[in-house]
Amino acid sequence: MTASTSSVAGVMTGPAGHRGWRARLAAWRVPLSILALCLLPWVLPSQALAVNVLIYGLVAVGYNLLFGYTGLLSFGHAAFFGTGAYVTGIAIGAFGLPWYAAVALGIAGGGLLALVIGLLSIRTRGIYFSMVTLALSQLVYYTALQASSWTGGENGLRGFTVARINLFGWTIDFLDPLKKYYVLMVFAAVALWLVSRILNSPFGAVIEAVRENETRARACGYDVERTKLVSFTLSGLICALAGTLSALHLAIVPLDILHYHTSGMIVMMTLLGGAGSFFGPFVGALAFLLMEDVVSLWTSHWQIVVGTVFILFVLFLPKGIWGTALAWRAGR
Amino acid sequence: MDAELIAMQLFSGVALGAILIMVALGLSIIFGMLGVVNFAHGALFMVGAYAGLWVASLTGSFWWGLLIAPIAIGAFGMLIERFLIRPLYKRSIDDPLLLTFGLGYVLVEAVRIAFGSDGIPFQTPPELAGVADLGIGFFPIYRLFVVAVVAVVLVLLWVGLEKTKFGLIVRAGAKDPQIMRVLGVDIAKVWLLVFGLGIGLTALGGVLAAPMRNVNPEMGSLVLAEAFVVTVIGGMGSLVGAVVAGLLVGVAISMTALFAPEMATIVMFALMALVLLVKPQGLFGKPVRG
Amino acid sequence: MTEESKGLPFLTRRAALAGLAAGGATLAMPGILRAQGETIRIGFPTPLTGPFAAEAKDQVRSAELAVKLVNDKGGIGGRKVELLVRDDKLNAGEAATRTLELIEKDKVHAIVGALSSAVQLAVNEVTRARGVIYVSISQSDTINEVKDFSRFTFHEALNPHMTTAAVAKHTFKKDAKVAYLVADYAYGHEMLRGFKRAQAALGATSVGEILHPFGAADYSTFMPRLRSMRPDILCICNFGRDQANSIKQAVDFGMNRQSKIVVPVLLHNQRLAIGPEAFEGVIGGANYYWGLEDTIPSAKSFNDAFKAANGGAYPTDYGAYGFTGVYSLLLAMEKAGGTDTDKVIAALEELKYDIAKGPQQYRKCDHQSVQSVLVLESKKKAEMKNEADLFKVLATEPASETILRSCSELGFPA
Repeated sequence: MTASTSSVAGVMTGPAGHRGWRARLAAWRVPLSILALCLLPWVLPSQALAVNVLIYGLVAVGYNLLFGYTGLLSFGHAAFFGTGAYVTGIAIGAFGLPWYAAVALGIAGGGLLALVIGLLSIRTRGIYFSMVTLALSQLVYYTALQASSWTGGENGLRGFTVARINLFGWTIDFLDPLKKYYVLMVFAAVALWLVSRILNSPFGAVIEAVRENETRARACGYDVERTKLVSFTLSGLICALAGTLSALHLAIVPLDILHYHTSGMIVMMTLLGGAGSFFGPFVGALAFLLMEDVVSLWTSHWQIVVGTVFILFVLFLPKGIWGTALAWRAGR
Repeated sequence: MDAELIAMQLFSGVALGAILIMVALGLSIIFGMLGVVNFAHGALFMVGAYAGLWVASLTGSFWWGLLIAPIAIGAFGMLIERFLIRPLYKRSIDDPLLLTFGLGYVLVEAVRIAFGSDGIPFQTPPELAGVADLGIGFFPIYRLFVVAVVAVVLVLLWVGLEKTKFGLIVRAGAKDPQIMRVLGVDIAKVWLLVFGLGIGLTALGGVLAAPMRNVNPEMGSLVLAEAFVVTVIGGMGSLVGAVVAGLLVGVAISMTALFAPEMATIVMFALMALVLLVKPQGLFGKPVRG
Repeated sequence: MTEESKGLPFLTRRAALAGLAAGGATLAMPGILRAQGETIRIGFPTPLTGPFAAEAKDQVRSAELAVKLVNDKGGIGGRKVELLVRDDKLNAGEAATRTLELIEKDKVHAIVGALSSAVQLAVNEVTRARGVIYVSISQSDTINEVKDFSRFTFHEALNPHMTTAAVAKHTFKKDAKVAYLVADYAYGHEMLRGFKRAQAALGATSVGEILHPFGAADYSTFMPRLRSMRPDILCICNFGRDQANSIKQAVDFGMNRQSKIVVPVLLHNQRLAIGPEAFEGVIGGANYYWGLEDTIPSAKSFNDAFKAANGGAYPTDYGAYGFTGVYSLLLAMEKAGGTDTDKVIAALEELKYDIAKGPQQYRKCDHQSVQSVLVLESKKKAEMKNEADLFKVLATEPASETILRSCSELGFPA
């Protein structure tokens, strides 16, 4: 498994009684992550890039729940990301709903789709699971393409720009990049906190048990299928949330958001950062987007650089940037 | 809708299936023997087309391209197996998939750098140009040639698998690689050759397709999706399955073209999803252990 | 300040105020100088990565030529113009991100560009919310419609309605039988709609329409049905690689022997990708072809300037959009005396320009550039005088609002 076998939770108690820096890191991971996110727009070259890191980092966190922690390689998570975005856009544009209702609907829509696709695909194993998630998400893509009166087809969904947000009496200019970033960051922070709670819960232990050895988990009496389904749906819900944020940020929903290239990109980011680690996915999203941005300035052939880096990581650094960094520090 | 039109449509479906079979065979062999899902398969199809183009432009003859390109790219495939994929067997089943996914991007961009992003003309060889009157309609002679080549390759493959010692090893190894090791067979070498064979087949598909379609760096991406559909429906690892499913999908696309052509791709993916859910091992694959 | 007027009787209040004003002006001077010297930044998103990389590079070269011509004459009001080229990767989401960066980080004064329809609509959504002028050079009907329109949105390129009207006028004879092969996406449907409208007006009839999946590589399954329709004209409504593949395969099946192949836009790079044999005799529309230089003086000066800057190469159809899009904007900025958005919009609306292909101007209701449409025929190999001599200009449909959809049809108040 490419997931970090020394997950943070597992190393909390190292050699007898030694709780050390890793345990403290794990206990503080949510506040530390949020702090890092707060600093992001000041550190990166542009705020638009910072928002993208936020959004894709969140998708990767959602995906990581299924891939890194439960051990299921889905190739169709773009479906939930995209559905969250489309439902939000349609809710605002076609139905005139306020933004917070649209966000709630987007999350619900993506989550429902995840439940359905999860129910269908959990029955399959191994490679077939990956293929069926790919096929089902491509069906979602083609449906969106055909339903162009709702989705705009390959022209994408437009016409739902949110320029001002009313939050508890304050009016925030949503077109201001910095203010937009912090509003979206609040959502991401809440999601991160929820993920941390899930991972710390008994459920979190069960999904890692399923990842390590499904048969043994079943023998221990756990309902493996139900566990996988719950993990799949939670993962879909988080990706859908990221989708709603993307819709609010870009004010458009491009059709490509549902394509398997997007699914592949999500996989790459998660792996690059460190599957099976808490903050890894954000690191992965940051690394991927930054690499793309920077390399694009030198050459239009950035894909070969990104592809090669990814291959090198699969071969030599399967734990990803963050995972390897954690393991290296633990080993010292 | 007259009978002639339907017959013609069926025939063009079969001809369409020929290229699909070529690509799907390679994908299926590699998965059956090595358990590797090759996400770079479409890219290698495209590389095969470019290799054929390059050899043809050097030698002035399409036939040299047809002969040399698949062998050269097959050899390239062996290098990929030896240095990029072999290290990953000890790890999880997902890693080779992920690696080949990245490899696909690298190959496409490498071709863009070497040959540019534009399409390059590839003329149909003059000996095969023109249209034949089949009675039920007109059909390009070149496409008939493609069907013939694929048929010949299938026969050769069958003979190779059924009648030679290597073929015996391949068939046995697909059933149970452990026993092969126990019996002293160098399974690593077998896998190397099988991977090369699979890549060679898809490269051959690329060279064959080149005169029919625009040779461009993106020509592999749709082919990859189609190959997945065919392999899944036929059964990953089954050669008979790849052939039957290839023909089936070709005819399905062709018949959909009569009624609702814009639905062709969606029908393909729907079929794939259906098969995976109802009978994941496909029509002819090994039953999946639960 | 109050001490001056109190304790110094020889310093009158007027003098003190004058002194203050002079002092203030001296302090502000560097600011005024800075504003005078501040470069004018034009954002230019284009698909440098992907299947249209060649067209994108042509566009960049031509756009840079426009900027160079203006800068050589001293810029606009003494200010130099700078082109900020960005790779949108032919991806709407990426384009939106790049546009946000151009506006927020690079503080561009206007944006020109986009090749695909989805990308232009994405850029437009970002620019119109923020009051930034956007001149789109993507061929699409959608951006003219009221839903996507804003007073900041300008469309310099042709749209399918115009090209299909022009091409049909010169190919569809009365009682001709036309069969359509159409890519199943918005642009394909726009082309079909335009052709069918023209067909009805010209008295031709449709014998069948086949929709193909967008991006299909193999068209063999459509050929038997098309052949059975026995059309006089096979009208192929798609774009890019789809156009290249479908024409090649139609010719492989001998369709060109029984029918005339007609396309809405005859694409320079696709013709290069397939070669003269398959394209021989195909008729289609275009915004520009270098061969115009024989009849249009501005085309000759554009060609000469382009050749001088690019080692003798001729500009292509898509390349010309880069030039006309940027240059028309810069001309308007010159007239407006700067980058004040409202003034530039007013200037663009009144602008009459002839920079590469004859007279052009923007229509008020939808900001569409009213311009001529070329009808070209692809030459056979034997007729080509040199490698660049790809097409023959059959006709030039003059610039006129009659080939546009009416304002009210687009949804604008009459």
